[in-house]
Amino acid sequence: MFGLHYRLERKAIGLVLAIIGVSSIGGLVEIAPLFTIHQTVEDAPNMRVYTPLEVAGRNIYIREGCYACHSQMIRTLRDEVERYGPYSLAVESKYDHPMLWGSKRTGPDIARLGGKYSDAWHVAHLINPRDVVKESIMPGYPWLARTSLASEDLGLHLKALRRVGVPYTDEMIEHASNDAYGQSAPDSSAAEGVTKRYGEATNVRAFDGNAGRLTEMDALVAYLQILGRLTDAATKPVASAEK
Amino acid sequence: MIGQLTKNERQNALAILIAMAVGGLVMTIGGRNSLLGVHGGLVLMIAVVGIFAMTATLKLPDPAEDRLNAYYDDPTKVGIIISMVWAVAGLFVGDWIAWLLVFPDLTFDAAWASFGRLRPVHTSGVIFGFGGNALIATSFYVVQRTCRARLPDQVTPWFVLFGYNLFCVIAATGYLMGVTQSKEYAEPEWYADLWLVVVWVVYFLLYLRTLSRRKEPHIYVANWYYMAFILVVAVLHIVNNLAVPVSFGSEKAYSAFSGVQDAMTQWWYGHNAVAFFLTAGFLGMLYYYLPVRAGRPIYSYRMSIISFWGITFFYMWAGSHHLHYTALPQWVQTLGMTFSVMLLVPSWASAGNALMTLNGAWDKVRDDATLRFMFVAAVFYGLSTFEGSFMAIRAVNSLSHYTDWTVGHVHAGALGWVAMITFGAIYASVPWLWKQDRMYSAKLVEVHFWLAVAGTLIYVFAMWNSGIIQGLMWRTYNDSGTLAYSFIESLVAMRPYYIARAIGGLLFLLGALVGCYNIWMTIRMAPRESAKADRPEPGAAGAPVLQPGE
Repeated sequence: MFGLHYRLERKAIGLVLAIIGVSSIGGLVEIAPLFTIHQTVEDAPNMRVYTPLEVAGRNIYIREGCYACHSQMIRTLRDEVERYGPYSLAVESKYDHPMLWGSKRTGPDIARLGGKYSDAWHVAHLINPRDVVKESIMPGYPWLARTSLASEDLGLHLKALRRVGVPYTDEMIEHASNDAYGQSAPDSSAAEGVTKRYGEATNVRAFDGNAGRLTEMDALVAYLQILGRLTDAATKPVASAEK
Repeated sequence: MIGQLTKNERQNALAILIAMAVGGLVMTIGGRNSLLGVHGGLVLMIAVVGIFAMTATLKLPDPAEDRLNAYYDDPTKVGIIISMVWAVAGLFVGDWIAWLLVFPDLTFDAAWASFGRLRPVHTSGVIFGFGGNALIATSFYVVQRTCRARLPDQVTPWFVLFGYNLFCVIAATGYLMGVTQSKEYAEPEWYADLWLVVVWVVYFLLYLRTLSRRKEPHIYVANWYYMAFILVVAVLHIVNNLAVPVSFGSEKAYSAFSGVQDAMTQWWYGHNAVAFFLTAGFLGMLYYYLPVRAGRPIYSYRMSIISFWGITFFYMWAGSHHLHYTALPQWVQTLGMTFSVMLLVPSWASAGNALMTLNGAWDKVRDDATLRFMFVAAVFYGLSTFEGSFMAIRAVNSLSHYTDWTVGHVHAGALGWVAMITFGAIYASVPWLWKQDRMYSAKLVEVHFWLAVAGTLIYVFAMWNSGIIQGLMWRTYNDSGTLAYSFIESLVAMRPYYIARAIGGLLFLLGALVGCYNIWMTIRMAPRESAKADRPEPGAAGAPVLQPGE
């Protein structure tokens, strides 16, 4: 074996090919089957896609690096389930390009944050976290409430997401900008289209408390309020196991 | 330095700069409504400055032919200086954000100054800026000497070095503006990623071309590691960054993978960025600088082979240990855990090989802080690979994951191993490169050494404490069977450790500043005549000089 190597290390191309070959095996065995084994991701027929406003909010979450301190993945451990809620299922991040499972909890997990607090709490918390949680070490994001949301190209965003596998319809893509506005302006004519396209349960509210203007705060709060609520697969009792 | 380039090479460099300016212009126009345009402007500006500098030298005569009788070390010199600049910048930002966790209001009401945007500036700054430049610079140095061959030309190394730094600058400025795809250690967006692929392919070809010119029949073990670093990082980078841009005028792209597949791909990348960027590359550094500095041959040729192939094979399976108890299928978690534990064998073979090499040179370890940097690096390499295998065990991971323990583990590796071996290699190289007998001040190397060791120990102990306390508080139940602590109580308990960590980081930063001063003063010392022996072999293949006997 060492004799073989003694010859191999005299050939640059041989070494290159050997390195590529030896290093490829692990990834191929562990990653490729995740795309082909059906049980990897559970079925959740009632799961909905993110609305354009939630996509925009998610992009703000990514832009500000929130994932560096907050995970969105509740592990299958008793204390985590009791602290944060039912453990996360693979299907719940099926439309997450990229996933935001996180790796560190400087702050708490927020996989099931949606609906836990009011919009007003989120707005106050994002403007200055220490106004609502005295000991918090989270930075404030006051400029979110001052900055208008760039929503003109949301159709292109939905289109790109469709290209990587999220089932947005032509109609959703066409009305993306309008739907983003409508979701945070419940009394406007644009609001109706949002529930028509994304379901009656969709949150349609002035998330930042001001229906007149579409801000980044609207988008981020809309996103935070949908976390863990795209499907109820994780909270439903497992019916199939009984049968 | 430009005077060393031939007329032909200067024309080639000018052509590359003009192409870069055109690329920058296209980005500026295409991305005028987005942050892509800002980066286009940056590229254009750098290219125009380069074009002016290059045009001014086009009329210079060709350099003397005897340059071919020496190794081409200018890119290594510049690379080492750039690496130290990134070290200071990256460590400073790291320590700054450590203080942010103590004083969260230090953000000046500015988006760019918040923790989430600065954190990738720190991680990319130290990993890619400091570490990457040190790897590129030392790889040029090592490959020439172990092959007894000069780099094949004088433009490609500069393209690799400056092209790579352009990537780093685009990455860091992008984070400040909020351009990130959120994948840890792979945050840069699609256009920066594509550019890095170009640079990396050129780097790989340059390495192969130099190897093909070698006058030694065998490829020395340091080069195996540098080559694995270049090759596997390319594969990881391309697969993990597959994405669809919103448009060619937008900086934003959406990852090709989602959910569980994306998580597995990301941590296959993330863990092997540690393996092949922060381990394989720096092992290449260790395998050259440690034996040379100690004046001893590598202890065991066979251990070198076993650890090299063990690391190349086992590491690529280990990524899934970042996803224990998550929605990742359990069979993948179990495979990741198993291989992580097995990984200890090649890791300790490397660390043991390095330490055994020092047998017979322990007096030098005592007296020479440069060699002591390398020795401590090998010790921390052994310790943190043991800790890593331990933390990959599912039961341990249930406590350590999501806590500061992980942060402590990463810094035991990054400060104790990666930074220490780099400082050792830099302190060894600088006098050789600038034709000096020694560093400006051996005392200051000593000061740097103790600041670095103290900083690392304080940092790591603080994070061990906070991480384990955090993990235990999250899972402690009271007598009535409910959780004993709220999340915020665990956060409050972290404060003293966060202060200690920030102080440890500050010591480490101070050490790097002392190092910068020392390096600067060494460069300014009067040069002596170049060493006669340190030059490429002009004739036929000779006996392997650093090759362990077999």
